Amino acid sequence: MTNRFLRITFLLAGLALLFPVTGSAETPLPTIHEPEGEGVKCVEPEDVMRRNHMNFILHQRDETMHEGIRTSKYSFAECINCHVEPDENGNIAGVDTKDHFCNGCHEYAAVTIDCFECHADRPQKFIDRGGKSASLQDELHQTLAADEDMGGELK
Amino acid sequence: MSDSVNHSRRSFLEKSAVVGAITIAPGILLHQVANAKPDDQAVSDSVRWGMLINTNNCEQGCTDCIDACNTEHGLVGNDRPKSDTQYIRKVTLRDKMTGHELSLPLMCQHCETAPCVDVCPTGASFKRKDGIALVDKHICIGCRYCMMACPFKARSFVHEEVKNQTLSAPRGKGTVESCTMCVHRVDKDQIPACVEACGKGKHDAMMFGDLNDPNSTISKELEKHGGKQIRADLQLNTAVRYQGL
Repeated sequence: MTNRFLRITFLLAGLALLFPVTGSAETPLPTIHEPEGEGVKCVEPEDVMRRNHMNFILHQRDETMHEGIRTSKYSFAECINCHVEPDENGNIAGVDTKDHFCNGCHEYAAVTIDCFECHADRPQKFIDRGGKSASLQDELHQTLAADEDMGGELK
Repeated sequence: MSDSVNHSRRSFLEKSAVVGAITIAPGILLHQVANAKPDDQAVSDSVRWGMLINTNNCEQGCTDCIDACNTEHGLVGNDRPKSDTQYIRKVTLRDKMTGHELSLPLMCQHCETAPCVDVCPTGASFKRKDGIALVDKHICIGCRYCMMACPFKARSFVHEEVKNQTLSAPRGKGTVESCTMCVHRVDKDQIPACVEACGKGKHDAMMFGDLNDPNSTISKELEKHGGKQIRADLQLNTAVRYQGL
C-alpha cells in the first residue's frame, strides 16, 4: 500500500517537472544591453560568446599577465568599454546590480565570479577617483584617451 | 682587508651587468628594441627594463613620482600609513659625520634573481622575460612570504576592499602588490608614470630604458657615470640603480 502511494507521488512529481509552471511565476530573462552604434559587432557571434566568453578571457588573461600580449580582441577591458554604458541619466549601473551587462546574466544563471573584486566594472572615463590629484587624474585620462604614441618616447 | 676585497667585488658586479649587455646583445637586436613591440608579440629577454635614479637631482620633500604612481594605479589610502599600499616611498639618508642628507625614491628593484619569486608557493610572484617582477593576482593567495623575503620592503598587502580601481591597474583585497614598472604603459612604448612625472617637474632625477641595449641613454649613462645597487652585497643584480649614494 505504502509502495503504491510512493509510486503515485513520484509520478505526480515527474509530471510536474515535465510541465513547468508558466505565467507570472517564471523568472524573467535578463535584459541584455546591446552596444550602441551601427555596425557594432562583438568579436565573435553571439552564441559563441555566450558559451565560450569565459575561456577567451581566461586565455587572454594569462597571455597578457605573463607575456605582455595586449591584443584587444579578447581583452577584458574592451568587453567593459563596449558593453558598459551609462543610462539616459548618465549613471552607470555597478556590477552589484542586475543592470550591469555581466551581472545581468550571471545573476540569472547563479554564477558567482570574482573578476570585479579587482577589475574595474566600468570604462575608465566613468571611474570616480574621489577628487584625488585632480590635475594628474586629468592628465591620466588624456593619456588613456589619446593615441598610443602619447606619453613620451623610450630612452 | 676584507672590506677592500668586497668593494672591488662589488664594483665588478655592478659593471658586469653593463659590460655583459654590450657583449651579449648582437647588433641585429638593436633594431628590434628600438621599435615598438606589436601587441600580439610576447615580451622577450632581448630587453631588460631598468631605471637609473640620480639622487643629486631628487628633491627632499618632493613627491611627484609618488603622486603620479598613486594616480596611475588608483592607490588610495585609508589614512592608515602602516598598512596602506605604497609602490614608491621616499627614503632620506643622513650622513652623521657631515650632516649631508639625500633623498631617494625606493620601489621594487626588479632583481634579476628575485627573492620574492624564489619563495612564492603558487608561482604568483614571477618575472617577465623583460625583467619586470610582477604579482599575478589571479594566483596570489595572500600568504605574504614575498613581503618577508623582499630586502627592500617594496611590497604591500591589500588589507581592505578596493573600489574605483583604474582599468589598467586591477587590485583587490587579499593580494600582494608592488611597483609594476608601469608594465601596461611599457607594453605600449610609454615610460613609467613616475619617470614621466619627474621629468615634467623638471627634476630629471629618474631615467628609464633598456639595460640590454648598449646604445640606450640609460646604458650610456651607466657606463659613463656608473650606478650603484642598493644592498649590492645580496648580489640580486637589481634593475633599479642609483647615482650619488
